[in-house]
Amino acid sequence: MSTAPSQSSILPAPGSRGPDIAFKWVAAMAAAMVVVLIVLVGWQLYAGSRMSLAKFGPGFLWSTEWDPVQDKYGALPFIFGTLVSSLLALLIAVPLGVATALFLTELAPIKIRQPIVMAIEMLAAVPSVIFGLWGIFVLVPWLRDYLFVWLKRYFGFLPLFQGPIYGVSMLAAGIVVAIMILPIITSISREILRSVPNLQREAAYALGATRWEVLKIAVLSYARRGLFGAAVLGLGRALGETMAVTMVIGNRPQISASLFAPGYTLASVIANEFTEATSDLYLNSLFELGLVLLGVAIAVNVVAQIMLKSMTGSGPIKVN
Amino acid sequence: MLPLKTTRFALLAALAALSATAVSAQMLINGAGATFPFPIYSKWFNEYAKIDPSVRFNYQSIGSGGGQKQILAETVDFGASDGPMSDENLAKAPRKLLHIPTVAGADVLSYNLPGDPKLKFDGPTIAAVFLGTITKWNDPAITGQNPGVALPDMDIVVVHRSDGSGTSYIWTDYLSKVSPDWKAKVGKGTSVSWPTGLGGKGNEGVSGQIKQTPGAIGYIELAYANQNKLPFADIKNAAGNYIAPSIDSVTDAMATAVIPDDLRFSITNPPGEKSYPIASATWLLVYETQSDPAKGKKLVEFLKWAYQDGEAMAAALLYAPLPDSLRERALEKVKSIKY
Repeated sequence: MSTAPSQSSILPAPGSRGPDIAFKWVAAMAAAMVVVLIVLVGWQLYAGSRMSLAKFGPGFLWSTEWDPVQDKYGALPFIFGTLVSSLLALLIAVPLGVATALFLTELAPIKIRQPIVMAIEMLAAVPSVIFGLWGIFVLVPWLRDYLFVWLKRYFGFLPLFQGPIYGVSMLAAGIVVAIMILPIITSISREILRSVPNLQREAAYALGATRWEVLKIAVLSYARRGLFGAAVLGLGRALGETMAVTMVIGNRPQISASLFAPGYTLASVIANEFTEATSDLYLNSLFELGLVLLGVAIAVNVVAQIMLKSMTGSGPIKVN
Repeated sequence: MLPLKTTRFALLAALAALSATAVSAQMLINGAGATFPFPIYSKWFNEYAKIDPSVRFNYQSIGSGGGQKQILAETVDFGASDGPMSDENLAKAPRKLLHIPTVAGADVLSYNLPGDPKLKFDGPTIAAVFLGTITKWNDPAITGQNPGVALPDMDIVVVHRSDGSGTSYIWTDYLSKVSPDWKAKVGKGTSVSWPTGLGGKGNEGVSGQIKQTPGAIGYIELAYANQNKLPFADIKNAAGNYIAPSIDSVTDAMATAVIPDDLRFSITNPPGEKSYPIASATWLLVYETQSDPAKGKKLVEFLKWAYQDGEAMAAALLYAPLPDSLRERALEKVKSIKY
């Protein structure tokens, strides 16, 4: 296999590097487009929010007030809601997704692997609004009448599970988003686990490891950087999820320790209020929320990159 | 000379006729704005296409905010808004912008209680519930107005719209009129800072939330509540009568409310004996001086038709038509449009 590149470099006649150069440029253009797109989005959001940037300054980020009647705006409850609901989703979806991927690559009989993979991929094709409706009519009543009551009874001493139960809540949003990001986390994790060389597993078995030990020392630790990457991709999707979240989170801009309390996210408030925003400052503030969302997404990715770097050094087996 | 001139004239005339037919066949009048009246406007445009096939209307229901913005920027030929424009926004108009009321709708107070009792509410009680000062269904303020109804010792869960909407504007406009407390703490708008409660997206989001939550209370647009057979309360009007929301009681509200000359009016809490107090008209926004004479002419013809024949189609789609007195005044406005 390693001979393939050298073969192809022999094939073209000397001097006819035209296709090579053209391809290089097309590929470079495509890559540049992505960067240009992000910059343009950022610029547009900045241009649309100049008025509120000038009026509120950095205080916009930590003000908790959102009052279109008084024309006073602040982003903190929305930032909080976005981060908490996304992290909750990640907390639920990563163990589930990685476990599913492990099962599919290591444990499941070959015959049933493909049907399960297909089912997971179908999950990715379900539109967001369907999850939202399912959330309102099926999940939320069940959470309100059973799971939340149970959590409150046995874990009510934690501030996380206190306060009145409405059903629609931060936790409901986290669960719905978790289901929505499960397919991407599972399929990426599966690809990563499949790329773990069999030598790893065989070596561990040769040392007398049990199946669980093989998974732990040979597979998971080898793949952990990749799995972390899968989680970051999932987080990216969770941050921007709008429709389904709006339908189950309760849409109240508040910061509460309780996961039973309703919340609000950046993406949701933009989707909700954009159409009827008539005053300039109001519209500017909604644009600024978009800018904040972009900032949050970038910050989360930067943090993830830093964590990824630190992982390389500390792992028992070095990858790359 | 003469023959040449006539041929030339004939040629020109033929060309003019040709281009005229081409233009009129393609004439497209663009509008954008409120979502609430979209069904009735679509109906009107469809019906009108049969009467005058030379003109086609294209209406984008992008929301009142967008409608106001686009007509101010003159990217559309008419705008549409569920609330009258603010003085601040109106001042941005390059020329005089007219408010043309078309139909009206109402908000109803819906709830989820065991046994679906028929309830009565007055304005101050609703304001107190939405301010979060009344939190139990068996509060004396509620039971006092509903003798004979056994109200449970249950928490009230307030549900409001999370998306900016004319429905919220009507609701908060009404509460601002009946409760000084509400006016001072919250005020009116398409979105407000709600003191309590959960937000649902759209009429369907709010009604879904109400259906799913025992003890919930919220406001929904009348047509939606009727279509979905949701329970709703009678509301005490300014004259002291409890009135059920209906097309007639909303039209009655428009007939008795005080309406200023620019037709930017609010009909919440009107004085009429039989008026339902939580209602509002919806408006088309049209420049008094049209920039395109051909389009202006067609638009005026259409509006005249809408008041003549279109209004009769409103009730079937659960919109309240304008009362005769207001229709005359609106028609005067339409006739004042110059093109």
